[in-house]
Amino acid sequence: MKPRIASQYIPLLATAVVLATLYGAGCASFHNFFSLRVLVNLFGGNAVLGVAAVGATLVILAGGIDLSVGSVIGFTSILIATLVEEHHVNPVLAILLGLVLGALFGAAMGCLIQWFELPPFLVTLAGMFLARGLAFVVRPDNLGIHHAFYAERINRDFALPLNSQVSWPFAATCFVTLFVGALWLAHYTRFGRYIYALGGDETSARLMGLPVARTKILTYTVAGLCSALAGVVYTFTTQNGDPAACVGKELEAIAAVVIGGTLLSGGVGYMAGTAMGVLILGLIQTLITYQNLNSWWTVIVVGLLLLLFILLQNVVSSLSGRLDSPGRHG
Amino acid sequence: MRADRFQKQPARWWSSLIWPLTGLALLLLFNLFFTKGFFHLEIRDGHLYGSLVDIINRGAPVMILALGMTLVIATGGVDLSVGAVMAIAGTVAAELINNPKVPFPAVILAALAVAVAAGCWNGLLVTLFRVQPLVATLVLMVGGRGVAQLITNGQQIYFEDPRLVFVGNGHLLGLPFPALLSLGMLLLTAVLTRKTAIGLFIESVGDNQTASAFAGVNARTVKFLVYTFSGLCAGLAGLIDTSNIKSVDANKIGLSLELDAILAVVVGGTALTGGRFYLVGAIVGALFIRTLTTTMYALNVKSDVAPVPKALAIIAVCLLQSPAFRRRVAGWWAARKS
Amino acid sequence: MTLEASASLLEIRGLSKSFPGVKALEGVDFTVRRGEVHALMGENGAGKSTLIKVLTGVYPRDGGTFRLDGVAIAPRSTKDAESVGISTVYQEVNLIPHLSVAENICLGRQPMRWGMIDWRAMARRAEAALARVDLKLDVHQPLASHSIAIQQLTALARALDVEAKLLILDEPTSSLDAKEVEELFQVLRKLRAQGMGIVIVTHFLDQVYAIADRITVLRDGRLVGEYETAKLPRVELVSRMVGRELTKMKAVERGTEAARHAPAPEVLLELRQFGRPGSIAPLDLTVGQGEVVGLAGLLGSGRTETARIIFGIDRARSGEMWLGGKKTAFRSPRHAIQEGLAFTPENRKVEGVIPHLSVRENIILALQARAGLLRPISRKRQGEIADEFIKLLGISTPGPEQAVMNLSGGNQQKVLLARWLAMQPRLLILDEPTRGIDVGAKAEIEKLVQSLREKGMAILFISSELEEVVRGCQRVVVLRDRAKVGELAGDAISEEAILHTIAGSSHAR
Repeated sequence: MKPRIASQYIPLLATAVVLATLYGAGCASFHNFFSLRVLVNLFGGNAVLGVAAVGATLVILAGGIDLSVGSVIGFTSILIATLVEEHHVNPVLAILLGLVLGALFGAAMGCLIQWFELPPFLVTLAGMFLARGLAFVVRPDNLGIHHAFYAERINRDFALPLNSQVSWPFAATCFVTLFVGALWLAHYTRFGRYIYALGGDETSARLMGLPVARTKILTYTVAGLCSALAGVVYTFTTQNGDPAACVGKELEAIAAVVIGGTLLSGGVGYMAGTAMGVLILGLIQTLITYQNLNSWWTVIVVGLLLLLFILLQNVVSSLSGRLDSPGRHG
Repeated sequence: MRADRFQKQPARWWSSLIWPLTGLALLLLFNLFFTKGFFHLEIRDGHLYGSLVDIINRGAPVMILALGMTLVIATGGVDLSVGAVMAIAGTVAAELINNPKVPFPAVILAALAVAVAAGCWNGLLVTLFRVQPLVATLVLMVGGRGVAQLITNGQQIYFEDPRLVFVGNGHLLGLPFPALLSLGMLLLTAVLTRKTAIGLFIESVGDNQTASAFAGVNARTVKFLVYTFSGLCAGLAGLIDTSNIKSVDANKIGLSLELDAILAVVVGGTALTGGRFYLVGAIVGALFIRTLTTTMYALNVKSDVAPVPKALAIIAVCLLQSPAFRRRVAGWWAARKS
Repeated sequence: MTLEASASLLEIRGLSKSFPGVKALEGVDFTVRRGEVHALMGENGAGKSTLIKVLTGVYPRDGGTFRLDGVAIAPRSTKDAESVGISTVYQEVNLIPHLSVAENICLGRQPMRWGMIDWRAMARRAEAALARVDLKLDVHQPLASHSIAIQQLTALARALDVEAKLLILDEPTSSLDAKEVEELFQVLRKLRAQGMGIVIVTHFLDQVYAIADRITVLRDGRLVGEYETAKLPRVELVSRMVGRELTKMKAVERGTEAARHAPAPEVLLELRQFGRPGSIAPLDLTVGQGEVVGLAGLLGSGRTETARIIFGIDRARSGEMWLGGKKTAFRSPRHAIQEGLAFTPENRKVEGVIPHLSVRENIILALQARAGLLRPISRKRQGEIADEFIKLLGISTPGPEQAVMNLSGGNQQKVLLARWLAMQPRLLILDEPTRGIDVGAKAEIEKLVQSLREKGMAILFISSELEEVVRGCQRVVVLRDRAKVGELAGDAISEEAILHTIAGSSHAR
């Protein structure tokens, strides 16, 4: 009886262990690793991924997948840059427009998936092509943002100085704020719980009288919004818009979600796990830089970790499956 | 009523080709009027040149990928790792060809063997560990390019070896070699699937896995073989792509070609839910995509923007295939009439 | 009149519902009173689940009226039905296994506070709901960590959480053991005493007589009748469900007469205390060469489950199986097929045909699977086999290349038979081979079974049509509530005898 209860927490526990081990290993091996700067960079440098991963978590919890993340980031970033620099639109307006478009884009994908029963991976794959292509339609090459709003507000006024050298960047604030918002959404709103129910068992959710269609479409809408927000954060951190930005970011986001203990089959997972997953990916990157290893090791290690967690999930779910349903057909 | 009668007709293999061929024909017709010299063919140095030849030539990697992908999708799965496997095979070939001690056949064999091993890996994850195909192949899609970069040590590798260059650029009997290779792979796949029982098993497993198991079909073997074959196809496509540009950049080879391959398969009439598969349809689908790309180049559309119509094509084709969409359209139509 | 009206909680009058090609319900009346447990009974295709789905708004109705508490209602979704006071608990626990017990009870109506879910209030509400079903447990644990019985009670608690007036239980006991069933019934009795109307769908006769006050029987989408449980003997109930009037039954002229008196055939298959908990209690069964053994019983009595453990789809957990004098146990259908077994499943669509493949491919599939990947049957030979069986079985198809999904049910069944006959099996298991097919095709299939028997094949014949079983079988094994309850042989086989055995009453001649 007891071990069954714990079974769904095993992946989350494993995530925490991996995170602690990686951080501990870093601190033990490199004398300047245990510092405020490294910690702040961990959050600031992975803000784009973190924001994207929050959206990916919601979609995966609902039993779907979103492959359009990276492209939407690219589209949003170049849209904002072009509007601000070439059309002299107020940056705040440009950012709002980017967010609205991202949400609409997600909603459109959600509608195709819900109404016409198309497979999510295919629809969002098409969304990936579409958003990337449209990014290049907006502007075929990258464009720096020199507007005062970025130089003065975002990077000076909105950054929180922690000591004389290190300050907490606004991008990291965005990540943490969104994360807290997502925690609230996932655990303290009905919509959030419907997402879990939908991913857990769609047929049951329908029979329980839950608003399945609305929840699914809304989930993709929120995911699109998160991707767009990741694009906005990208402009904050790089002061740049780039139609080719963040190719493959969706895979990193999915990896962070899976490493964070969320089941790819949906219905089980934790926002907190995703945040840990993002930090783990960031730590791997930092450690590989510190170790003077080549960047491709990051991808390999991430791939292996992904594999490890997928296998762990399989073991856990087959274990609980065996215990939960003794001979239920018939 | 009409749909009913249509269904009662016994299926003929070419009836599935009507839609992809119509699409291709429309595209070609468009080019006939709007693209100058599109249908111009000439023989230079005994070799055939022209836009049409170019389409077949450049479309070869996607055609070959689409063959493997067709079989995977027919079992109800999907292989997202083909692009990464192309990169691995390409880098292995480029790395070995610059080593004078390794004989040429060994280079080709090694590259293909690595690709087959990658396919086996996917197959094992799907069959033995029962990981969903999308997820299982995602692992290699993420990690595979890292492995490729590991092999090249992150360098772009150039090569001049005429034999390897021939694979992607040569001509045989006046025809481009990649085109002949695709044709050869099509024949090979057709023979392998239709002259052994595997074609039947793939279709039966994809159409109804439970009933197939009750009839004694071993779904695991079938699925394992299919992913392995997809790996082989990806390896060959990687060789062609690498040879074509006489260099290899592990980050670029085969990038997002998995998407083109899936699109080709779907355009070719094989349903994403599995079941009946159409190899010739997939080839026509791949040519359709390539023609679309070439047409856009001819219209001076930037290559970066080219994904837009591709994405719209994917959605359109899937909507046409979707029973839910047909139901809804029929519903709207009936509502409007009354 | 007025008294009658106030006593009834739910009144359904003239309910009709058709699906393309099928009349699922035709002018059905159904009444449930306050404070009663009302059993809805019927065999497959009787229309029980359609009635429940229409009543709870899952399907729209074609005609008829619903009145709840004298007020006309027209629920259009499960949520609608809940809001007027009709709650449903389904056979497969339709809850979300990974969410906590509390959430499963309150999902969709969680108590909110300052725009946030009030988890504490929710836990209290869940505990209160569970108290109504006499259950006390930690509501924070995931549902999946509890037994099916507790999950079922949780579903019941959820159903009660919305001021339900009418509670519908769709086969709530099929995964429960005897003690758990009794616990559930305790709760139902309490709810009945509180004045709630309860509709229960079940296949277990003992349970009907243990809990139900009245019984409504449906057959083929029509109302057969409404009865007081106390005044309806079991055998009457069974005969109404299967549609055979006891008085009208007589010995059927049998082609099997001679076979019944022939010396005992050589035993091919023997089960000794073979069983699987939750599927079928350990049973003994033999099938001889050239013998048709019937497996009779109501829906859900364990017929299909027995076939599944023989064929290696489910693993037996107890006992032994002997095939041709050799002790065996099949790991998979593949293994069983290699040993010469064949099985046509009850659910043709899901477990039998490969819908988009042709008649030819469907026929040769098992043959090819046995031959293996590398020994393909030539296209010419495939055509010959297909043509042979199309002719032999009279499969009505435009040609062997027709996709099998375009064939009628009877012809699909013949294609499946052809698939197995092409294998020349030693033992053929037929699970409801005549279900849902027209009369002509039924007769042909019965004739075919007899000719196979004459050729020495061993056949295990599962059917809910007693007439068929009596006509075609030399021996009949009778199952009830997932256990063997009797075996009839030779002249002892009659519809009446089978009915009495199923009903568990003494065999009155």
